[in-house]
Amino acid sequence: MENLSTIERILAAKQSLPGALLPILHDIQDALGYIPPDAVPSIARALNLSRAEVHGVITYYHYFRQTPPGRHVVRVCRAEACQSVGCEALATHVQSALACEFHATSADGDVTLEAVYCLGHCAVGPNIQIDETTLHARMTPEKFDRLLAELRSKP
Amino acid sequence: MSTTFYIPCDSTALALGADAVARSLVAESAQRQLDVTIVRNGSRGLFWLEPMIEVVTPGGRIAYGPVAATDIPSLLDAGLLTGGAHALCLGPVEDIPYLKRQQRISLRRVGVIDPLSVEDYLAHGGTLGLRRALDMTAAEIVKEVTDSGLRGRGGAAFPTGIKWNTVLNASAPQKYIVCNADEGDSGTFSDRMLMEGDPFQLIEGMAIAALAVGATQGYIYVRSEYPHAIVALNTAVVKATQNGWLGDSLLGTGKRFHLEVRKAAGAYVCGEETALLESLEGRRGIVRAKPPLPAISGLFGQPTVINNVITFASVPDILAQGAAAYQSFGSGRSRGTLPFQLTGNIKQGGLVEVPFGLTLRELLYDFGGGSLSGRPLRAVQVGGPLGAYMPESQFDTVLDYEAFAAVNAVLGHGGIVAFDDTVDMLKQARYAMEFCAIESCGKCTPCRIGSTRGVEVIDRLKADQPGQIELLRDLCDTLQNGSLCAMGSMTPYPVLSALNHFPEDFSRRQT
Ligand SMILES: Cc1cc2nc3c(=O)[nH]c(=O)nc-3n(C[C@H](O)[C@H](O)[C@H](O)COP(=O)(O)O)c2cc1C
Ligand code: SF4
Ligand code: FES
Ligand code: FES
Repeated sequence: MENLSTIERILAAKQSLPGALLPILHDIQDALGYIPPDAVPSIARALNLSRAEVHGVITYYHYFRQTPPGRHVVRVCRAEACQSVGCEALATHVQSALACEFHATSADGDVTLEAVYCLGHCAVGPNIQIDETTLHARMTPEKFDRLLAELRSKP
Repeated sequence: MSTTFYIPCDSTALALGADAVARSLVAESAQRQLDVTIVRNGSRGLFWLEPMIEVVTPGGRIAYGPVAATDIPSLLDAGLLTGGAHALCLGPVEDIPYLKRQQRISLRRVGVIDPLSVEDYLAHGGTLGLRRALDMTAAEIVKEVTDSGLRGRGGAAFPTGIKWNTVLNASAPQKYIVCNADEGDSGTFSDRMLMEGDPFQLIEGMAIAALAVGATQGYIYVRSEYPHAIVALNTAVVKATQNGWLGDSLLGTGKRFHLEVRKAAGAYVCGEETALLESLEGRRGIVRAKPPLPAISGLFGQPTVINNVITFASVPDILAQGAAAYQSFGSGRSRGTLPFQLTGNIKQGGLVEVPFGLTLRELLYDFGGGSLSGRPLRAVQVGGPLGAYMPESQFDTVLDYEAFAAVNAVLGHGGIVAFDDTVDMLKQARYAMEFCAIESCGKCTPCRIGSTRGVEVIDRLKADQPGQIELLRDLCDTLQNGSLCAMGSMTPYPVLSALNHFPEDFSRRQT
């Protein structure tokens, strides 16, 4: 219910923009953490699109998510520059530390793990991003374990 | 009197702890009753020295780095406020050889100024290009850009003036200026540094483009992986509008140009210009067939200039200093400068803006200092995920578009990723195919299906099944010739270059 009013508010603010769909999806994900399936009919109606079109756009883009994320989102860069300084070993470690694979959430719901293909810090990899704006360069398994403990100790 | 410090807010510097350094400086100075002012600048791009802080002294700006928050007490003990000697002291920042040997044009203000200070921007030559453009006809602006020899910095190196001329000559009720800030290539960050470190220059370049072709609306399409750049751009757009650099009357002339920042959503192929336009229109980022060119029928079917961040950011200086000045730099048909990005397994990674014409080796060793690990450099990938892997025997290739094309390589957006001798080139070739499979827009079969087949062939090759190298070459041939855009047609560059230059990583698996 609360979600629906948020969505209506966002639609009212953005639906008249040219090419409004991506800005609307971003606002919804920023507000709710994901794009709930029951948002699709309202978006389709507001933009005069079919539900299938809206659904097609949501699923096309890697960034949009249709299920709620964990309390934190950890993105590990797996692109070439980070590969050259060992991001694959880090990726293996991170998966076992969280006991979950990429594009999944740890069992306790603390962390959703995502892969990202370049964060733009390629001179100081391996790089990770925690939630939307926290960045950590030259990541190692040991540093990651410390960060994870910190994340989990926060409420 | 207050002492001024510069501590970068560039996101790579933040990833290395710049905020903690700033907090520590504030706290320690307060405790010692020292009067300090902190300006958050962009990064100079000497990333192995970040967080690098600068203190303003009568003898200029003195740099220290890489500084950890815990270094601040000892730095203050050593007389940091007056540029005192310390193990971390790098001397006057402009004299650091890595910077001194560069020719900064498009990134000349980055790291120097407060990115969002209107006063700083004006004091460092900001808006001179726009002012000159406002005194010229549209055709004169286009001619200036054409004469400069500027070619697109997004990868394809198409002459910018020719593109603008097509849009100028198209008649339509509405024309658009679109900035491609999707910077998806691994090993690149020059767009990001510019957007975070000098966003007004991008805005000024786009406003000049608008005057040159008669457009009144612009969009900057920025990748979602760049949250700090998005914040900087949004703030810069507001301030630029308040100062008449955007809006209904550019510097009071009555000429109109509005600009909006749009956030992408993590699809690499949306860096391809027509997929980007689809995405801006609110659809899946599927590549359009060309023709029509975006210059004729682009955003919402209207004539559209679409250029890379660095392309637009080069324009204000070309207008302010004249085409001849820009054109005087470079090599062959590659004019001006390119901000190269030294990344990966490299000791001194960072941004190196130099005229075309150095060799790859000079960049890797004179600037980069060789590998980070201390082991020999074995391969470097230039030009992003669709660029070739180059072996040591090609390190003397001159850095210009044609010289690279002559050895089946590409300069692209200037990203250089270094690998030491522990790299497994079969694995890199497999990754190139896998990346294409993940990021393909799905429109053509060779790219969508061929890339998945490519991964399978390489896996069989790894498992020592015979005949696979031939299959892989066939597949690359199909991709190269049967794809609509460079995603599919250039994926063979990394794959074939790995296979051709490093056959030992493949053949020892072939019996
Ligand atoms: C798969 C693919 C990805 C691309 N990604 C980018 C990008 O991230 N940034 C960019 O400026 N150009 C990118 N390009 C090139 C654009 O299609 C286009 O050439 C460029 O935006 C034109 O601007 P310019 O002339 O200023 O370089 C990409 C091309 C392809 C095929
Ligand atoms: S080559 Fe690939 S990315 Fe390009 S249009 Fe075809 S399917 Fe899409
Ligand atoms: S490749 Fe990892 S940050 Fe660019
Ligand atoms: S990039 Fe030229 S046709 Fe695709």
